[in-house]
Amino acid sequence: MTTLPQSTAKKLGLAIDLDTCVGCNACVTACKGWNDQGYGAPLSDQNPYGADPSGTFLNRVHSYQITPLDAAPIIVNMPRSCLHCDDAPCVTVCPTGASYKRIEDGIVLVNEDACIGCGLCAWACPYGAREMDAAAGVMKKCTLCVDRIYNENLPEEDREPACVRTCPTGARHFGDFADPDSKVSRLSAERGGIDLMPELGTRPVNRYLPPRKKDVMQASPLAPLLDIKASGFAGWLDKMLGKIG
Amino acid sequence: MSQPALDLSPPVSDEIRKTTCYMCACRCGINVHLKSGPDGKDRVSYIEGNRDHPVNKGVLCAKGASGIMQVTAPSRLRTPLKRVGPRGSGAFEAISWDEALDIAVSWMKPLRETAPEKLAFFTGRDQSQSFTGWWAQQFGTPNYAAHGGFCSVNMAAGGIYTLGGAFWEFGQPDWDRTKLFVMFGVAEDHDSNPIKIGLGKLKERGARVVGVNPIRTGYNAVADDWFGITPGTDGLLILSLIHCLLVAGKIDLAYLARFTNAALLVNAAEGPENGLILKNAESQPFVIDKRTGQPAPWDGQGVQPDLGAVWLGHRTVFQHMAERYLSQDYAPETVADRCGIPALRIHTLAAELARVAFDEAIELAQPWTDFRGDHHETMTGRPVSFHAMRGISAHSNGFQTARALHLLQIVLGTVEVPGGYRFKPPYPKPVEAHPTPHFVTAPGKPLSGPHLGYVRGPEQLALLPDGTPARIDKAFTWENPFSAHGMMHMVIPNAHAGDPYRIDTLFLYMANMAWNSSMNTAQVMAMLTDQGEDGAYIIPRIIYSDAYASEMVAYADLILPDTTFLERHDCISLLDRPISEPGAAGDSIRWPVVEPDRDVRGFQSVLLDLGVRLGLPGMTTPEGGAKFRDYADYIVNHIRRPGVGPLMGFRGADGDQTGRGDANPDQMQAYIDNGGFFQAHVPQEALFYKPWNKAYQDWAVATSFYESPQPYLFNIWSEPMRRFQLAAEGHGFLQPPDHLRDQIKRAMDPLPVWYPPFGAAAEADYPLHALTQRPMDMYHSWGTQNAWLRQIRGKNFLYVPTKVWQAHGFEEGDYARVTSPNGQITVPVAHMAALNSETVWTWNAIGKRKGAWALDDAAAEANEGFLLNHLISELLPAKGDGHRYSNSDPVTGQAAWFDLRVRLERVGKRDHAEPQFPPVSRVVPKGEGRA
Amino acid sequence: MNPAPSVILFTTMSGLGFGFMAFLSAGLVGVSGLHAFFLWVAGYALAVGGLLFSTFHLGNPQRALKAFSQWRSSWLSREGWAAVLTLFALAPMALSQWLGFDWPRLWGIAAALMCGVTIFTTSMIYAQLKTIPRWNHWITPVMFLTYSLTGGAIFASQRPVIMISLGALAVVQAMAWSMGDKRFAALGASMGSATGLGALGEIRVFEQPHTSPNYLMREMIYVVARKHAEKLRVIALMLAVLVPLMLLTFGPRGPATLMAALVVHFIGALTSRWLFFAEAEHVVGLYYGKR
Ligand SMILES: Nc1nc2c(c(=O)[nH]1)N[C@H]1C(S)=C(S)[C@@H](COP(=O)(O)OP(=O)(O)OC[C@H]3O[C@@H](n4cnc5c(=O)[nH]c(N)nc54)[C@H](O)[C@@H]3O)O[C@H]1N2
Ligand SMILES: Nc1nc2c(c(=O)[nH]1)N[C@H]1C(S)=C(S)[C@@H](COP(=O)(O)OP(=O)(O)OC[C@H]3O[C@@H](n4cnc5c(=O)[nH]c(N)nc54)[C@H](O)[C@@H]3O)O[C@H]1N2
Ligand code: SF4
Ligand code: SF4
Ligand code: SF4
Ligand code: SF4
Ligand code: SF4
Ligand SMILES: [Mo]
Repeated sequence: MTTLPQSTAKKLGLAIDLDTCVGCNACVTACKGWNDQGYGAPLSDQNPYGADPSGTFLNRVHSYQITPLDAAPIIVNMPRSCLHCDDAPCVTVCPTGASYKRIEDGIVLVNEDACIGCGLCAWACPYGAREMDAAAGVMKKCTLCVDRIYNENLPEEDREPACVRTCPTGARHFGDFADPDSKVSRLSAERGGIDLMPELGTRPVNRYLPPRKKDVMQASPLAPLLDIKASGFAGWLDKMLGKIG
Repeated sequence: MSQPALDLSPPVSDEIRKTTCYMCACRCGINVHLKSGPDGKDRVSYIEGNRDHPVNKGVLCAKGASGIMQVTAPSRLRTPLKRVGPRGSGAFEAISWDEALDIAVSWMKPLRETAPEKLAFFTGRDQSQSFTGWWAQQFGTPNYAAHGGFCSVNMAAGGIYTLGGAFWEFGQPDWDRTKLFVMFGVAEDHDSNPIKIGLGKLKERGARVVGVNPIRTGYNAVADDWFGITPGTDGLLILSLIHCLLVAGKIDLAYLARFTNAALLVNAAEGPENGLILKNAESQPFVIDKRTGQPAPWDGQGVQPDLGAVWLGHRTVFQHMAERYLSQDYAPETVADRCGIPALRIHTLAAELARVAFDEAIELAQPWTDFRGDHHETMTGRPVSFHAMRGISAHSNGFQTARALHLLQIVLGTVEVPGGYRFKPPYPKPVEAHPTPHFVTAPGKPLSGPHLGYVRGPEQLALLPDGTPARIDKAFTWENPFSAHGMMHMVIPNAHAGDPYRIDTLFLYMANMAWNSSMNTAQVMAMLTDQGEDGAYIIPRIIYSDAYASEMVAYADLILPDTTFLERHDCISLLDRPISEPGAAGDSIRWPVVEPDRDVRGFQSVLLDLGVRLGLPGMTTPEGGAKFRDYADYIVNHIRRPGVGPLMGFRGADGDQTGRGDANPDQMQAYIDNGGFFQAHVPQEALFYKPWNKAYQDWAVATSFYESPQPYLFNIWSEPMRRFQLAAEGHGFLQPPDHLRDQIKRAMDPLPVWYPPFGAAAEADYPLHALTQRPMDMYHSWGTQNAWLRQIRGKNFLYVPTKVWQAHGFEEGDYARVTSPNGQITVPVAHMAALNSETVWTWNAIGKRKGAWALDDAAAEANEGFLLNHLISELLPAKGDGHRYSNSDPVTGQAAWFDLRVRLERVGKRDHAEPQFPPVSRVVPKGEGRA
Repeated sequence: MNPAPSVILFTTMSGLGFGFMAFLSAGLVGVSGLHAFFLWVAGYALAVGGLLFSTFHLGNPQRALKAFSQWRSSWLSREGWAAVLTLFALAPMALSQWLGFDWPRLWGIAAALMCGVTIFTTSMIYAQLKTIPRWNHWITPVMFLTYSLTGGAIFASQRPVIMISLGALAVVQAMAWSMGDKRFAALGASMGSATGLGALGEIRVFEQPHTSPNYLMREMIYVVARKHAEKLRVIALMLAVLVPLMLLTFGPRGPATLMAALVVHFIGALTSRWLFFAEAEHVVGLYYGKR
């Protein structure tokens, strides 16, 4: 099903708040843990205790340092997983139809039974959201926890992605971007949610909420009670204690 | 074309068991999902946070969420081991538990019968201290402590001596109401998930977060404002903020007058009472009542304490305090350079603190009655809160800096008020409610009380009649009188030096002392293996309990392999370090959600078994049998005080009593059924102003925290400290050695002071500060055995600020030689802009020794990874007087990790860090595939 | 991009094979019988061998047939179809020349054109990828086709064509490089746009997400030193164009010279193709601060 749907009923995705993400990597291992036993093949690890361990992860957290011209340098942590693009090039390049975008909710998935592991979809994705599993030889990617969000074996409140559920700071929000009143749509509108690499024309669904402006505390210095040099400590004490009558 | 059919509701697991995480001391609740494996046995399939749990409310950190890799790690020890080769070689033979216990008893029993102090039992990252301490007490050795002395005792003790509580398990910000939150020196902390949840709440509400930290990562990266302070100068910055507030009169006078000792009088008479709080004939402190101008009881109803009183020449604490901090010494302009923060920013921060505390004050419509019997219709809140951790406490001026921070909270009136900082039951708990140290030994007899406590004056020091230290770690001595958590970092050096005496058996639990946990790794390894002229080891016997193949294992003579956290019972008790919230006391358990597949035993059960074999009171029946089947049985049936046991919930025969009640045989199951924890909620009226709130005091008595109500005043002026100064000035019968007098006079100032950290002595030759930070995704040494976490962080770099990077001409991929007064390492460097310009740093404990943790010898951790510990030392360089002082805070003995000073040299490209130690031989096979 | 031998060999071998067979099929080589048989075997061996190499990097080659399903949207699928159809279409011509059936020329010309289509589809697998700006340009198919034409012509000893195509190749290759060098910048993707944080200031990597390597980094991030690349470009041009040209111009006429020219050209083509991958920068490298 390599052609993209004209439109999807919902646009499920994540709004990730870069002003709040502390880069703790909880979402990384929660994702690994869930998907290691969930949708499709386990997320294998090569050389887990060796010199160069290398495993499949569907979500990784980058950390950048930014030096503004006129302010102190900052560090921004940036989790990166599939953005479930509307115009997903990873889908259209797939020769087998394994890659597809769900009509119901826009989730981009790999049908592992049909995947030949050619890797072309990973080449087509600008965001590095696809990783070939070295043991299973199939393409792995964020499933938006499609096996959680509708899962009737889970309590209602747990029907959200594993990474969202675990994020200690609540920096990850899950919802429907097609619904302008959803929390994610509102957050994105209020905070100026960003599209990554718009020049690639992929029209990502996930949005990043940019860091707020830092180091702008503005209170002007406090006015002294009185001229202590002139009045001495006794004067200060009088004036001070006069205050509580 | 149709989409593939997808099962949207796959079964998740066969069963969920709720227990408590163990990858750090935060102790979050977890749901362990189990599926039965091909062999029919339960296997852990997934671990997620328990939404109902008070600590983490469903979330987990990176470590917790990868717990599954911890319980399947190939590094798990498999069987008891007896050393067969030379110590340190790692040559062991597997033995049975009976043999292991027999050996241990054969070593310990004679010691108990002759000289119990010759057993030193130190327990590292112990979550069962109320039990291990009790065991040591029954054994009768004075030599017991956990790791607090090298961890963060400054923070704990600074809080207890000032407020009756500190941060983490003692208290936390009112996350739901605070509008301005300031963090000092926090990277991750024990309270990892609650802090992150709290930060998330602040961000959601748009509250302002301020980070004071030389390094801008993690929490400090999301902070709205960053103060990139020069290490070791926070005390100065804080006192300068207090200065600004005083100058502007922006302090909470009513709060100071009612709830702190600001209105008490300081004895001005020369002599042995000078500087102590003035007492009346009944030995009670008193205040001057504004209404009468006459002395009145400090806790009298209707009394209006006068902060400005001068009575017979004695002035109030308030005046002493104000006078000191109004001094220009604390003006922002004076401290700016030293702190590395422009004066204007200090002014701005002070103004913002004042603005939020006073102009944005909140008022809760909650009536309450204070300890004086005065009734209040509302609760005033000042929505400014603080948090601090090892950035403050791991310096040699950390105790006083912690005190300064508490003073700042106090003058703003933000402690135990809505929007401020709130205690978690059983705190608040003043010094007076804590025990004093017990250390007097008698062969064959238990100690008369707990080892650790809070010293009120020189009489409580743990000194033998001849004035020498009673404890091997020299805790509670003139060198560091308030060492409330012991001084684990001094045990091995002192035992090796035979100073104050020689010991026979060193019994360690859960502490990687031969690696990341010691202040001078190479020397500690040498001390552990050092032999006397007779060929015998200087430290004759070492018993160690670990669950994994850590670096320390190689240095023990006998290994007692522990279970992992999913395979045993544990209890997180109110007698110890509970998991309370400001609004609810809480405790919890662990229980074996899977069975061990190796010949290992839960350490606490092993201790009980040893106790019975040694015939220790409390765990042995009159017939000599076991009083408790195992640790689980102890948790349920042990009675500490009448009606009070390790767990507070489901007590009494019917399981319906809370806090007090008889043992309930079904208690453990009741906890399991309740999700592994229990909470007792603080009544509405008692939620704030706890130390002075009648309703809280009554509830705390009912719930077993106190035997009687204990209202008290915060100690701006610390009388216990002044008592030590008096001794140093020559007053009193107990006198410090002369070489310590000056140090005591300076460090034991009853008002918060700042002095340069001792490391600054090396400033001239070692211009840079060198720090470590906890990575959020690693736990000390043992995160590395986790196949997922080590992919995230298997290498560390020394981060170098722009100025230094450019000055040395560093390039990507370079290594640097890093030299301190104590040693030299060669390590990879990386550039970081958001960093104090005089500071370099790295992630803590990433470097590993070859052969440990079941890793390949070629593992990055063992080649490129490194520790700063090789550069530190537990002793300072010798001073002019020939004495070697410990590299610790002179008040508490807290290890001053962050006093470290270094200089750098570029060495270009390398492929491994130095030093490299020879590999330890493997006690478990190298890990291959993943479980 | 990682210059994996499988893809380099796949594109160069099948390019040469189809290029050569196009000449054969079009009847320009004028061979028959066993001679024809061996030449066709060589052509098929190159083309099929190349295709086989392309399956080496598949994670699940046993499902390769599924790759034929998405010809409506996927260039890789189309390439599969084109290659197979072309190989079938060529078969009658091969039989005809071997066994002397003298089947219609028109079929042969059509099959030759299909060879071109196949090479075009191969090139479009790369040229379609916006994520790899260097490839994402019409010059990519032109270059692939020129390489096939040149190699095929040398193999087929089509002297006039050789001379023209060698010249064309030099121009196309030079254009591909010089235009390619500007493609990344032209796309406008940067660390700033990749992270959406560009407006805040100068951005650099503080820490990589994992200290251990991963699939993406191995596959998409390959750094060749500029000097090294320049040297290789010169070598590639010399081998692919200049040396064959010299050999054919100044060398003794005959199959040996042709074979020598072909081998040298082919090594040049491999070098160029290695550079094609190695120099291609994937935008994902921006997340890692690497290009
Ligand atoms: N340079 C530098 N060094 C430091 C610090 C620093 O900031 N900088 N911080 C210091 C501080 S605050 C601390 S607390 C120490 C921490 O250092 P350690 O106390 O050494 O902590 P860990 O590395 O966690 O090691 C504890 C040991 O417990 C073992 N263990 C884990 N689980 C279990 C279990 O279930 N049962 C048993 N029996 N054993 C188990 C582990 O395998 C490990 O060997 O490091 C100190 N070292
Ligand atoms: N993930 C994880 N969590 C842990 C641990 C772990 O290993 N991993 N360890 C646990 C343990 S044992 C402990 S003790 C706690 C420690 O919790 P933290 O105190 O948060 O831990 P550290 O990483 O030692 O952080 C010290 C912080 O202080 C800063 N700092 C250093 N010197 C100064 C200074 O002079 N002034 C100021 N303002 N800042 C300074 C450092 O930059 C660093 O950010 O964490 C606990 N939690
Ligand atoms: S769990 Fe949340 S805070 Fe942690 S790295 Fe992921 S998004 Fe950031
Ligand atoms: S992020 Fe990548 S994998 Fe995900 S839909 Fe977009 S292009 Fe495809
Ligand atoms: S790797 Fe699998 S999903 Fe990706 S393009 Fe190839 S067949 Fe499709
Ligand atoms: S939504 Fe699910 S699959 Fe995607 S990153 Fe989060 S946890 Fe991983
Ligand atoms: S903070 Fe993380 S490691 Fe610590 S107890 Fe909680 S989940 Fe476990
Ligand atoms: Mo610690």
